Order: sequence, then structure tokens, then C-alpha cells
Amino acid sequence: MADIAIASLAAPPSRLLAGLRRGGPRLWIGTVLVALLVLAAIFVPVFAPHDPLEQDLMSAQLPPAWMTGGDHAYLLGTDSLGRCVLSRLTYSARTAVMVALIAATLAALIGVALGLFAGSFGGWVDQSISRLIDVWMAFPPVLLSIVLATVIGAGLTSVIAAIVVIDWTRFARVIRAETMVQLTRDYAAAAQVIGLSRARLLRLEILPNLVPLLVTLLAVEMGIAILVEVILSFVGISVAGDTPTWGSMIAEGRQIVYQAPWIMALPIACIITSVIGLNLFGDGLRLALDPVQRS
Amino acid sequence: MTATLAVEGLKVAIGAANVLRGVSLDVQPGEVRGLVGESGAGKSMLGRAVLGLLPANTSVTAGRIAFEGRDLLAMAEAERRSLLGRRIALIPQDPMTSLNPVKRIGRQIGNLLRHHLGLSKRAALARTTELLAEVAIHDPQRVLALYPHEISGGMRQRVLIAMAFACDPALVIADEPTTALDVTVQRQVLQLVERLRLRHGSAVLFVTHDLGVVAKICRSMTVLHAGRVLEEGETTNVLVRPRHAYTRALLAATPRADRPAEALRPVPPDLIDQLWSEAYRLDQVPAVGAA
Amino acid sequence: MRSGELIRRLVLVPPTLFGVAVIVFVLLRVVPGDPIAMMIPPGASEADIGRLRALYGLDQPILQQFATWLGQVASGDFGRSISVRQNVLELLLARLPATIELALLATMTAVVIGVVAALVGILLRGRRAEWVVDGGIGVLLAIPDFLWALILLLLFGVLIPLLPISGRIDPEIDLNLRSNFFLIESILTGHFDIAFALLHHMILPALALALPFAALVARLLKASLAESEDQDYAQIARARGYSRPNILLHEVFPNALIPTVALGGVQVTLLLGGTVLVERIFSYEGIGNMAIDAVINRDFPLIQGLVLTFAVLFIALNLLVDLMVTMLDPRLRHG
Repeated sequence: MADIAIASLAAPPSRLLAGLRRGGPRLWIGTVLVALLVLAAIFVPVFAPHDPLEQDLMSAQLPPAWMTGGDHAYLLGTDSLGRCVLSRLTYSARTAVMVALIAATLAALIGVALGLFAGSFGGWVDQSISRLIDVWMAFPPVLLSIVLATVIGAGLTSVIAAIVVIDWTRFARVIRAETMVQLTRDYAAAAQVIGLSRARLLRLEILPNLVPLLVTLLAVEMGIAILVEVILSFVGISVAGDTPTWGSMIAEGRQIVYQAPWIMALPIACIITSVIGLNLFGDGLRLALDPVQRS
Repeated sequence: MTATLAVEGLKVAIGAANVLRGVSLDVQPGEVRGLVGESGAGKSMLGRAVLGLLPANTSVTAGRIAFEGRDLLAMAEAERRSLLGRRIALIPQDPMTSLNPVKRIGRQIGNLLRHHLGLSKRAALARTTELLAEVAIHDPQRVLALYPHEISGGMRQRVLIAMAFACDPALVIADEPTTALDVTVQRQVLQLVERLRLRHGSAVLFVTHDLGVVAKICRSMTVLHAGRVLEEGETTNVLVRPRHAYTRALLAATPRADRPAEALRPVPPDLIDQLWSEAYRLDQVPAVGAA
Repeated sequence: MRSGELIRRLVLVPPTLFGVAVIVFVLLRVVPGDPIAMMIPPGASEADIGRLRALYGLDQPILQQFATWLGQVASGDFGRSISVRQNVLELLLARLPATIELALLATMTAVVIGVVAALVGILLRGRRAEWVVDGGIGVLLAIPDFLWALILLLLFGVLIPLLPISGRIDPEIDLNLRSNFFLIESILTGHFDIAFALLHHMILPALALALPFAALVARLLKASLAESEDQDYAQIARARGYSRPNILLHEVFPNALIPTVALGGVQVTLLLGGTVLVERIFSYEGIGNMAIDAVINRDFPLIQGLVLTFAVLFIALNLLVDLMVTMLDPRLRHG
């Protein structure tokens, strides 16, 4: 009895707080990492110490400031052309966040629309969309993205397009299956009994129930989009040569990895932090948003 | 004479709930004892406790399980393992799921023989063939090379019986071995158990909810309800002159060939209530010797 | 797999390959870049360019180009690479063995790591330490192979320079081997010094490919082991006096292997796809590395040949996995 009383006293005052508690440490760590990434992307011009393209050949390949030979003007050192590594990293974060946001959202829009369609109409609509997904997923994604980016041409738009074209299937497949599950639930049947049209049923009843799943997928997809952008820019077919990206920094760092390993190490650290942050964030949000799920 | 199996004051709990509330029972060498009760009476749990197969959240909270005078609960893990499968064997309930689906029948039996008796590969094969013939499998050579899914349910149960008696056990625990089989196969299985226990000189603890089966093959029986022993004795005595109302009710619910079928009479609800409240009361009393 | 099923699958191979060929061919023809423009020296005349176009058949209508190419492929002629100016088939045959050896080594490493991790995890089942294993598996899985490649390169190539970070073998070593399967041949013929030198170069890329796949194997296998251990036959094995490690290894493992191979085997295609970048990062001379150059140089014949090669490998892998599952599961063998 006493236990129950204590539990109810300690119970959070609102559903929001209850959700946050369910999300647990994953949600907190994930949120902090993602927030750092987004803040860096938004406020780059304010605090980036240098123009990321500004070359200073006199101070090329400087190590980070705390290492011997480092310069306080360049906190994380410089690359082979004497460009500020810190500034390039943060400007790259901006590119990565932009690509991730736009590409993941577009892929989600297309995938969710087709998934809802296939899942709720069934029959030949479902058949043809499912076959399309199967054929799509038979291609090796890395090769496909490289071929696609080449086909569409260099530039941010083509990177985004490549990601969307490859990854809409990820959303479509899951949303289709989940829509079918939700439609068999009693509440969906009840909604049909009271005369809700199919469109309204989807919008009012099904879609809200898909939100937790969708949020998780979005977070994971942003992580994947960041990775694809890194791959394409590492290979050298992403954005135009002078825009800094983590991938191109790695490719440059690879050339002088023995002389200046930090040039390669720093963008890798940024990528891993972002991807793990997005994964934790997505996982945590799923736990927080889903009232049924218990960790 | 030392009893083959002596269970004394055994208490088993799933979490905080008691499923066995101080059960005592003996099986003498060569004896066949029926252990009856309805579902949930705790009869399978008793068999599992003897074999050390209690589920994860379940534990023995009090009591002793002695096999040939040695306490199974107190002995070292390795010593207990050397008894299990060799001196104490199990005939499981469901023959469909009790054989390993990816191993040939011959290999499953052979492994057991080699593990416990240290037979060579060739000796194990020869013995396996004998064992299969013993359980009335006519072409053991062919069956040896088959996988479980290639033989019928009745045949699988015979294989499992052969495995139970493979190392001449002193005690066989038969855990409702006929429940999953159809009636004609049931009879064959009972006859087999009877024949093999005589040949191998084993005692049998026959767990079942079927009083008809008990009447056929058990000399003595124990009636379990709500985790306690309600009645025990010679099968004929218990069945002809049941002392307890619950046994009478069980008996009345058993179809018999020697009298016309009557409407199924359930155990009277007030009797169940009475038994459970009694069980609850016993639960509240601290065990003797407990501080 | 029943023989009827096997035949059905084999019959489906040519149309699948044809589909892949069509898609790749069409995709490549809408590429804006001009491969000829990339290979001509500055100041070449229009006539020279025209001659080059004719040489590579690029002046023909698309449909005719496709028909010509398909006819040639069917007779074993993959055409001539535009950027490397060599026979595509010869190029593929020279480079493919390097990729196959790398993928094989990576798969074996992954299986060893994955199986050990799964067994350790299942032995610790229900204890606090199980968390550590699950967490480790999660981290391995979250980071993709090309990031592992970069991390390993930095750690063991640069910071603690234990291993070489580029190429397949030191150029000064006299190979004197007959096939392009350097590693396999040197082991079979007893040239262990060469095998050792090759492995030295392959460890880092193979490990990078292996780590995420090992995590996948571990996760699948651990889940199947847990499920199989709860089955009746495993419980009954306990009642027969077998020890838990014994039961896990001899009763549970052969059963848990079936779903693991069925689900995980197909994922080897992901590992194979991963060779593209990992080979690039370690300057390893396989077909993956070559694929990136081919795409950058708009080398149509080479890209077509490469994609077909990958497609054949993927299809072969899927068939192999089905065969293995059939071998492991007696219930699928007959009937």
C-alpha cells in the first residue's frame, strides 16, 4: 500500500514528462548530440573562427592547438592548404544537416504516401507497389547511389535526389505493413462502423498511430542520409569541390594521413557522433511517444 | 529398504505464489505410483522439481528430494547430472516437440548411451538397435537413419520411451506421456511402459490426470490438489473407497466402460472453495523449523 | 531444396540478369557526361573524335548499341574499357579474385566473431554481463563498414602502425603465382610467406567489412539460440544430465543455425556491396575500387560488366544460402 502511495506521489504531472521518463538515457544523450549538431549547423557563421575556404599556405598542416606546434588561431589545426579545420568541420555539419533533413523528409513523404496506399487499398495497388519495392531493394545501395549521383550530376540536389530515390522503400515497406496491422484493430473497424470515409479514417485514426514509428524511421534515415552524403563526397561525386564536407575532408586527410592524422580523424569523430546521436534520439523518441511500449 | 524416491515436505514457489505446499511422497523400488490431480494441482511441478527442470522464476523453498537416500537438492551439480538420464529418466509429455528436429533418431539415442555408459560408437549402435526392437519398432535399422519429422507421433513416443529406459534407470518419471496421443496409441504406450519397467526393474512415477490410466497400471497412487497431498494409498483402496470428497468428484468425472455414461459432474464449487481456503490458511502458517 | 525448386530458381537467373542489364544500360545512356571527351587529348580534331566514337560503337542508336552489347556478352565478350583501354572481361578476371578473397576472409572472420559473441551472450543469459555483450553488438552494428575502415586505418595503420594501409601486397615481393587467387593459391601451394604478406594487407579491410556483419550474425544467432533453448527438446536434454554448455553446443546450436543462416546469409550481399568503399579506402585492387573509377570516368563497358558481375555474385550467394539452409534443416530436404 505504501509503495503505491509513493509511486503516485512520484508520478510525473503530465503525459509529456511521463514520455520523457520512458525515453530514458537514450533520449537524453540522443537529444543533446542532435541539438549540438543542429546548433552547429545553424550558427556556423557566428562562431566559425575562419572562412572555411580561406587558405593560409604559411600555416598548412598545423596540428590542433593543444599539441606541440599548434597555433591558438587554429583550434583544431589546419589542412594541407592551411584552411581552418574547425571552420570546415562546422560548415560541413551544415551541409550534412541540410542533406539529412531534406532527403529524409522527401523520402518519408514518398514512402509514407505509397505505403499508406498499398497498405489500405490492398489488391492490385498493393501488389504493384510491393513488387516495385522488391525490385528496388535488389540493387546494392552503395553502387546504386554512386551510379545515380553520377547520372544526375554533382551538387547538393543530386545527392539529395540519390538518397530519396534509394531510400523511399525503407519507409514504404514499414508503413505498408503497419497500416495493414492498424486496419485490423478494433478501433479502425469501429471508425468504419460510424461511417468515416477511408481518407478520413487514414488521416484521423491510422496516421496518428503511425507517428512513433515514423519518427524513429526519420531519425534513422537522417543518419543514413548523412552517411550517404559522406560516401558520395568521399568518392568525389558529391557537392562542388570548394564546399567543405566531412567526406571530402576524409578523402583529403587520407592522402596525408601519416603526416596529419587529425585531419582525417576529426571528421570521422563528427560523423560517428552524429549517427549514433540520431540513432539514440530515434530510439528514445519511439519509447517516449509510444504509450504501449515499455523499455 | 531405502525408497527409490522420497519427497519430504517439498515446497515450490513461482515468485511469491506457492505451487507445492509441503508435499511428501515415496516411490519404492519397482513400484509404479500414479500421481493424479487436475491441471494446476502441481503434479507436473513435482516431476520437474525431481529432474531439476523448474522454470527460471520458480524455486524450491523447503523440503527434501531423496533419490536412493541421497538428497538431490543438496548434492553437487556434476553428481546430480550423472544421475539424471542414467538412474533417473523422463518420459516427456509431448512426443512431437521432445526430439531434436535436426538429428537422426539413431544419433540421439546413441549420444545418450555414449554420454552415460561410455559405450563405443559401434557398441552404442548395436545397443540402440536392441532398444528400438524392445519398444516394438520392427525395422530398427531403417528408423535409426530417420529424422523425427519422418515418423509418426506414436513412434516418436516409443523412441522416447526407449531413451528413458536406455540406461536401466531406477526411477522413470512419466509426465503425462499419453495425453498427446490418440486412444489406440495410448494403450500401446501403456503396455510398453509396463513391459519395459518389468524388464529393466525400474520404479515409475506416473504423472497423469487420467484415473483410468492409473487404475490400469499403478499399484499405488497419490492425489494432489492445490499443491497438497489429499489422499494416497493402494490404487484399489483409493479408487473403491475414496476418503476425500475431491477424489470422489474426480472419480465421478472419469468415464468408465463398466457403467453407462452419465452427465459429466463437475467438482462441486463449494468443495473447491473449501480446499483453496484451507490451502491459503496453510500458506500463512510458518513452516515447522522456520524462524 | 527440392530439385524442382532448384530448377525453377536457376531458370529465373537469366531473366533477372537481363533485367539488370537493361536497367544499367538505360541508366548509363542518360548520363550527361561524355566518356570520349574524357579520353581525348586537347586539340583532337572532330574526325578523330568521330573515329573514337565509332570504335566504341557510341555513334549507333541506343537500341542497336544494347543489342550489340548483349550479343557480345552472351558470347563472352564484354567489350573494351574506355578509360583503361583493356578488354573488360580480362580486367574483371584479373581483379575479381582479389575481391572474392577479401569478402571470403571478411565473412569467415565475421562468422567466428559473431558465433563466439552469441555463445558468450547466451551463456551470460539473464545476468548483468549480458548487457555488455548486447551493448557491444549494438555499437558494432550502428557504425557501417566504411567508417570502421577509416577508424581501423587510423588506429592500426597510423597511430599504432602495426599494419599496412594500402594495396594488396608489397610490390617488391615476387609472387610468381599462376592464378589471381593469390591468397588461396599461396596457401594451397605452401608458400606461407606470401600468404602471410597478403594477410598482412588484408586484415584491416577484412576486419572493417567483418565487424558490422559479425554484429548482425551475433544478434540473429543469440536470438535463435535463446528461442531454441526454451524448446522442449533442449529442456529434456537437461533432464538427461547434459551440462548447459554441452546442450547449447550440441542440441541448440544446430537448430539455431538454420534461421541465422537463412536471414544472415542473404546479408552477405551487403558485405559484398561494402567492398566498394572499403577497397577504395585501403587502395585494395579489387573490383569495388575499380567500380568507383569506372563510374567517375563514365567508362560504360566497364560499369556494365561490373554491375553484371555484382548481380551474378548476388544471385549465386542467394542460391548458396538456400542450399545451405536445406543442408542444415532435414525437414526441408525431402518431399
